[in-house]
Amino acid sequence: MAEPASRITTPRIFATVLLLALGAVPLIAQALGEPFWVTLFTRVLIFALAATGLNLVLGFGAMVSFGHAMYIGIGAYAVGILSFHGVDSGWWQLLAALGVGATVALAVGAICLRTSGMAFIMITLAFAQMLFFLAVSLRDYGGDDGMALKGRSLFGGLDLNNSTVLYYLAYAVLLAVLFAFGRLVNARFGMVLRGCRSNERRMASLGFPTLRYKLSAYVVSALVCVLAGMLMANLTRFVSPSYMAWTVSGELIVMTVLGGLGTLIGPVAGAAALLLVEEGLASLKLGVPWLDTLINQHWLALIGVFIVFVVLVLKQGLYGWLVAREARR
Amino acid sequence: MSALLEVTGLVKRFGGLLATDHLSLSLQHGEIHAVIGPNGAGKTTFINQLGGEILSDEGRIVFDGHDITREPPFRRAQVGLGRSYQITSVFNDFSVLQNTALAVQAHAGHSFRFWRPAASERALVDPAMAALAQVGLTERAHTPVSVLAHGERRQLEIAMVLATGAKLLLLDEPMAGMSPIESEAVVALLKKLKGQCTILLVEHDMDAVFALADRITVLVYGRPVATGTPEEIRNQPEVREAYLGEEGVV
Repeated sequence: MAEPASRITTPRIFATVLLLALGAVPLIAQALGEPFWVTLFTRVLIFALAATGLNLVLGFGAMVSFGHAMYIGIGAYAVGILSFHGVDSGWWQLLAALGVGATVALAVGAICLRTSGMAFIMITLAFAQMLFFLAVSLRDYGGDDGMALKGRSLFGGLDLNNSTVLYYLAYAVLLAVLFAFGRLVNARFGMVLRGCRSNERRMASLGFPTLRYKLSAYVVSALVCVLAGMLMANLTRFVSPSYMAWTVSGELIVMTVLGGLGTLIGPVAGAAALLLVEEGLASLKLGVPWLDTLINQHWLALIGVFIVFVVLVLKQGLYGWLVAREARR
Repeated sequence: MSALLEVTGLVKRFGGLLATDHLSLSLQHGEIHAVIGPNGAGKTTFINQLGGEILSDEGRIVFDGHDITREPPFRRAQVGLGRSYQITSVFNDFSVLQNTALAVQAHAGHSFRFWRPAASERALVDPAMAALAQVGLTERAHTPVSVLAHGERRQLEIAMVLATGAKLLLLDEPMAGMSPIESEAVVALLKKLKGQCTILLVEHDMDAVFALADRITVLVYGRPVATGTPEEIRNQPEVREAYLGEEGVV
């Protein structure tokens, strides 16, 4: 990570190819006449964005938040609720989403960060569940069933009803966040965060007030998930409490670990791998009817095998393995 | 000379055990003050109380005019208290230079800087390299800490305290586990630092202690039984009995 930007390494090549390939998806989908791919890959980008956000605290700060789905929910509901009341402007929705997200993250983070380890995991989960049930109780906004959006967010000239435009918006946001995080983790702020991951006690004895840096990282990480939530609401034209179910928080952790904790591109690789393998297995057609049925029905079990394989064999995750291999040279 | 550190009546209890027993001690500017004592005498507990990782049950710690008795560790570090650990406590994910630059960073303004790579900030790297040069680790600057030899990790531990620019260095057994040659290098380094900063040294290596210290405090069961110059301590019968005799057997 600290190596000179000019060196060409396997992880860099992999990252470049992955990001370029993601950039070419709408073109390929169009050429092959598979418009569904654009929707599928928009989901990939959105989860990649959320996992990248989570990775800032989970991977770089060793804070295992089991509640980041709640910020996806905040982003989605900001779009949903404002749209319900006739506020279609994406800018107002963005302002509201970030404002509420930052406030909640500051409060929740300030409480949760007084704990660490298992207690931190449990307390973040508890807050996410509170928000989940709050959303369930919002009968005006669909309650348990969720509600459909009247329309997508309006950002000036961007027509988000065009799936390609929505795709490239998600892509641009992801690239911007990746670039910003790439700077951040090597700047002073990132050094403090990574120092806390390695040895927080020593950080304090060097003179760092660690809590304020960890809290800031937590808020930034939450806001990235808020953005992912806004995009998600626009993709599905639907918001529901299921966006902030604890299983979603779990999936974000799995994606991050699968791709490579504490690496820039890891969460993107992890999100892509998990969602594409899921999709692939659920709709696999090998031409052997009984086998196809078996796989299509029990794909979740196979995903489990895939994750166990990656974690046991590659240890640092798909992309993390490349980075670790490079570092050993 | 005024005292840089003034400790009065410090007490720490762990259940029924009195780990620090009404310990009073004062450190003059520029002196090297060694704390010695048999295993379990409460030396590391005392260092932890000074550093703030263990809060004291009674007593007062005044450092450089600040009452730091109740302050958290980071504030104590900010007013100029630097410490090293008996068990090497460095950042294993980082290089030697990154470790030291992080120590500089702790005392170079806030760290809410998100854009410029810390590795390119001369204000961090230059003082870090200077600290590494002092302990003789210049050539290892870009080595990952995880591959350093034990002695080098101990040296890095000292470089990091130096890099914080602390007025008082709390060194908890800086020579623990070092080879005789490495220890000699550290003794030479601490001699050079004499006068530049004040040092509270906890050390088992008696040759080093008697070579370096201006004053020595002997701690037994958390209680100072004697304080004086190396010569005075050497000639005290109860000290010989409590500590030096035992050390001779080991």
